[in-house]
Amino acid sequence: MGILQIVAVIVILILLVKPMGTYLYHVFSNEPNRTDRWFGGMEKGVYKLIGLKKRDGMSWKKYALSFVLTNIVLVTFSYIVLRLQRGLPLNPNGITDMEQTLSFNTVISFMTNTNLQHYSGETGLSYFSQMAVITMMMFTSAASGFSVAVAFVRGITGRKSVGNFFEDFVKAHIRVFIPLALLVSLVLVGLHVPQTLKPSLEVTTLEGQTQQIAIGPVASLESIKHLGTNGGGFFGANSSHPFENPNPLTNVLEILSMWMLPASLPYMYGLFAKNKRQGWVIFTAMMTLFVLLLSLNFYAESKGNPAINALGIESSQGSMEGKEVRFGIPQSSLFTSVTTAATTGSVNNMHDTLTPLGGITPLALMMLNNVFGGKGVGLINMLMYAILGVFLCGLMVGRTPEFLGRKIEAKEMKLIAIAILVHPFIILVPTAAAFLTDLGQGAITNTGFHGLSQVLYEYVSSAANNGSGFEGLADNTTFWNVTTGIVMLLGRYVSMIAMLAVAGSLLKKKPVPETIGTFRTDNGLFTGILIGTVVIIGALTFLPVIVLGPIAEYLTLR
Amino acid sequence: MSTVKRKKLLTGPILLSAVKDSFIKLNPVTLIKNPVMFVVEVGTIIVLLMVLAPGYFNAEQSIGFNITVLFILLFTVLFANFAEALAEGRGKAQADSLKKTKQDITANKLVGGAVKTVSSSELRKGDIVIVSQGELIPGDGEVIEGLASVDESAITGESAPVIKEAGGDFGSVTGGTRVVSDEIKVKITSDPGESFLDRMISLVEGAKRQKTPNEIALNTLLISLTLIFLIVVVTLRPIATYLGVDLDIPVMIALLVCLIPTTIGGLLSAIGIAGMDRVTQFNVLAMSGKAVEAAGDINTMILDKTGTITFGNRMASEFVPVGNESEAELTAWATISSLKDETPEGRSVVELAKKLERSYDGKLAEGGEFVEFKAETRMSGIDLQDGRCVRKGAVDSVKKWVQSKGGVIPANLDSNSDAIARMGGTPLAVAVDNRIYGLIYLKDTVKPGMKERFDELRKMGIKTIMCTGDNPLTAATIAREAGVDDFIAESTPEDKIAVIRREQNEGKLVAMTGDGTNDAPALAQADVGLAMNSGTTAAKEAANMVDLDSDPSKIIEVVAIGKQLLMTRGALTTFSIANDIAKYFAIIPAMFMIAIPEMEALNVMGLGSPSSAIISALIFNAIIIPLLIPLAMKGVSYKAMSSTKLLGRNIFIYGLGGVVVPFAGIKLIDMIVSVWI
Repeated sequence: MGILQIVAVIVILILLVKPMGTYLYHVFSNEPNRTDRWFGGMEKGVYKLIGLKKRDGMSWKKYALSFVLTNIVLVTFSYIVLRLQRGLPLNPNGITDMEQTLSFNTVISFMTNTNLQHYSGETGLSYFSQMAVITMMMFTSAASGFSVAVAFVRGITGRKSVGNFFEDFVKAHIRVFIPLALLVSLVLVGLHVPQTLKPSLEVTTLEGQTQQIAIGPVASLESIKHLGTNGGGFFGANSSHPFENPNPLTNVLEILSMWMLPASLPYMYGLFAKNKRQGWVIFTAMMTLFVLLLSLNFYAESKGNPAINALGIESSQGSMEGKEVRFGIPQSSLFTSVTTAATTGSVNNMHDTLTPLGGITPLALMMLNNVFGGKGVGLINMLMYAILGVFLCGLMVGRTPEFLGRKIEAKEMKLIAIAILVHPFIILVPTAAAFLTDLGQGAITNTGFHGLSQVLYEYVSSAANNGSGFEGLADNTTFWNVTTGIVMLLGRYVSMIAMLAVAGSLLKKKPVPETIGTFRTDNGLFTGILIGTVVIIGALTFLPVIVLGPIAEYLTLR
Repeated sequence: MSTVKRKKLLTGPILLSAVKDSFIKLNPVTLIKNPVMFVVEVGTIIVLLMVLAPGYFNAEQSIGFNITVLFILLFTVLFANFAEALAEGRGKAQADSLKKTKQDITANKLVGGAVKTVSSSELRKGDIVIVSQGELIPGDGEVIEGLASVDESAITGESAPVIKEAGGDFGSVTGGTRVVSDEIKVKITSDPGESFLDRMISLVEGAKRQKTPNEIALNTLLISLTLIFLIVVVTLRPIATYLGVDLDIPVMIALLVCLIPTTIGGLLSAIGIAGMDRVTQFNVLAMSGKAVEAAGDINTMILDKTGTITFGNRMASEFVPVGNESEAELTAWATISSLKDETPEGRSVVELAKKLERSYDGKLAEGGEFVEFKAETRMSGIDLQDGRCVRKGAVDSVKKWVQSKGGVIPANLDSNSDAIARMGGTPLAVAVDNRIYGLIYLKDTVKPGMKERFDELRKMGIKTIMCTGDNPLTAATIAREAGVDDFIAESTPEDKIAVIRREQNEGKLVAMTGDGTNDAPALAQADVGLAMNSGTTAAKEAANMVDLDSDPSKIIEVVAIGKQLLMTRGALTTFSIANDIAKYFAIIPAMFMIAIPEMEALNVMGLGSPSSAIISALIFNAIIIPLLIPLAMKGVSYKAMSSTKLLGRNIFIYGLGGVVVPFAGIKLIDMIVSVWI
């Protein structure tokens, strides 16, 4: 039964890929199509309002600059709001201003689509902050990432230019995120997720005591939280909270919401490349890695905790510690895998209490950061590995490696080198630094191998812009706020800008016509090469720490 | 194709000097150019310090282990140096033999009508010298007067002398070659130190070797992998310390050295040098490594018909009887007329008759008197003993000859001969006294094996275009016969450039061969231009490769060598990186096993002990470099096939092999090492 639940969701996802991917292609191909009729008018209004009359294609530099500057403006605005939220409207619960480093961490966290939360929503944010900062950034960060991914795809598939950032940014909102969020919000409300601006409820419990029950505009945040692969919860308990995720149906809806768009992007890419098989190769590689890691988690969680099993406690249900009874192992396992694959970071069970082997799944998915991945970033990263795979193996057909008809040369390799270097660097160096300093060590609540996993998870989650916490780490301190803030920034912008540069460089090259001697990147063999490249270059880097963390914990627990 | 003299791969002196050089190359200043190996050397020095001052590093207990690690690391660097030195050594040996040619030559310089004897080093561009029989030509130049046969074996290895004459495409001479007959006046075209020979020496010596774009890109990747693993290993120590796992520095260095791509890092430059060397061994001189790699990328190849695809001389291909004559009789008379004819055409007639298994009465020719071909008669033949005269020759001449003897011209003679001419062939009429038997169809013949080679090129995805001055009909016939993809008839040198530009605009890389001065612009425009050594200086300057044997069809092999070079690099990179999986499984459990005994579960290879596991992985890592030197030098085997098949095959051998081989290798070494540890 459990496996059937998982398979059903995966099948629905696969059915959604083609229509969704086609829709996204029509949105961003900038060719006249049916979607213009529905949204064209609204967009024209926006363009007029912001003075975007000519929407010419940009150079990659201009595109990157527009993207970064837009993000800087939003970050500045949000920081001011958080620091002054007490005096701002819509604060019925009288929430105080947010502390400096926590504000720094929070705005970066949301702008980078990470949504690492070192605060608890119920007590740390006013309704205004929830809506004007958190929800706003959930839209804008997702749209930013989406735009960059589309620009990258345009570059490598040899469109006229990488596109116009502002046009993409507006279109991502109007044609993708706002309509979908509206739809999902309404369904969630229908499935009993609260949506209100009233203050927390004060109720008298059966025992006669009074209790504060936090409510608020939950459904609207919940929808974009998943659609934008943001993951920051309205409540501290995130999607395990019964108001955020009341039943298995909402659970499936939330899984599909966060998974659908990243999973459709490869198909969209295939349409841009005028070769759908290119898209399916990327999708298959992602899905294969995903299913492998999901199986590991499902297997480990179903088998239960060996230490508890040894006590003779009935555990036919698997390891239920930290999981919601209404979801059970399969729905928790799938949620955990999807939320870390799609770098959403929302949780419906506590990752800290996953069994050691089961804990590898979220860690590994975030370390790879290319199995579906967050808004666009996953596709960019997987394509980066594809270029790397082409470079490594392409030589073996006796030609200068080429990808989609463009030669991969020193310039691209230098930029890719930056991107593949930065990910392990921003994970391993701060992890080591945390263990070298008392400031870092002070936050660890578990000793031994699990303590290592806690710290590692925090930085992996930040670097991959995932945002889920292993929890258990007392992380609202200056040290953690600042280090994770920097890691999130680097994790987001360095590789994005480097990859935009790759797109710009490839765009300038004259395409090489395809012959029988060309290295094919649209068949099963290349899917294998791609997976191999991801595993050997992306994953083996982290093997030593994985061995010292979860694997050592598993081996000593047996 | 001319015979290529394969020089011996390894000789004693080359080996010896390579061993010496591998120590000289330990100098960190030069080694830093190879960052992967530089990291290994730094690791070696750190371990050396620990061995020299164990007290300072608290390493007294593990001194035996450390010394072992030290030696393996040292040998890893030495092996890599040796690979490079060996490749360079072969180039140097070749340069040395060339230098012998480049001795100081006395030149007879023409100064205002008088001959002055000067040293060749004093000659400047524009000087005119006279070279007589038996003398060496003092420098590169153009023949401006006279005709001589020149022995160019010093450069080409080809012993047959070649004719050099003023004007036309056979006017360029190379310094250091010897005039074996007659006398020529040569205008020197290069200053000392810039001559063809000088450039050639510096090229094969590898003195001016620059990294090719592809090598730079690969190097970037290798450096970033090295940095990644450096981060992995350096950060591992504080993390492990937190868990109470102490990691010794030599063990961490061992892990680092095993993980960074030392195999390809050590062999990369050797592969590049050896690739150039293979081209040189093939008697083709590439002006840069870039040109050789570009050859691997070629999409379109432009080939001259005459001399490249066809022999260039016309051969009998068919006997066409006219009037009421039978083919058998025509064949018999045509053969009899040719039995004593030693021209290629004449011989081809006899060969064709043999091939067709036609009988003729050879005795008839016995005692007959051979009539040679003359420009005035335009006929040749034989006057038989019985008085009959057999003639073959130009149709008009034979017609006149027959008419003069009172013969009648068959009605369909003209139409048949026109038909042959239209197809690009040359008709020869055959007559005995006053009777015309028919025509011999002479045509340009495609060299044997060309069709197969074009098929191979097609499999590699290379399009072939044939250029010829012939009319479209002839061109189409030859093109069909040779199996080229496209042809340009009645082509001019401008046409060639236009085709090259057109193909390049489509993003294709174009290769071509040429020898004449009018080929020079096209040779320069092409991505790979192979000039013939017999060609003009202008052509050679414009091209980026020169074929010393002047065999234009060698361009096909050059492409294969270029591909092989890239494949070798890719295969060894893949192999090197795939090796990491096994090395991880050897070292990771070994590193942690003492502190965390449960790690034994990860010791999938069942290696003897932590130290033997680490040492075995290190030994494997070192020893794989010399084991792969022959492969790096010779290149991976290459057969023309589609890229998908080629990739599948290479992935299987070098990718999958790269995963499996080290598991077996490390286990084997461990079994031996465990005896001592």
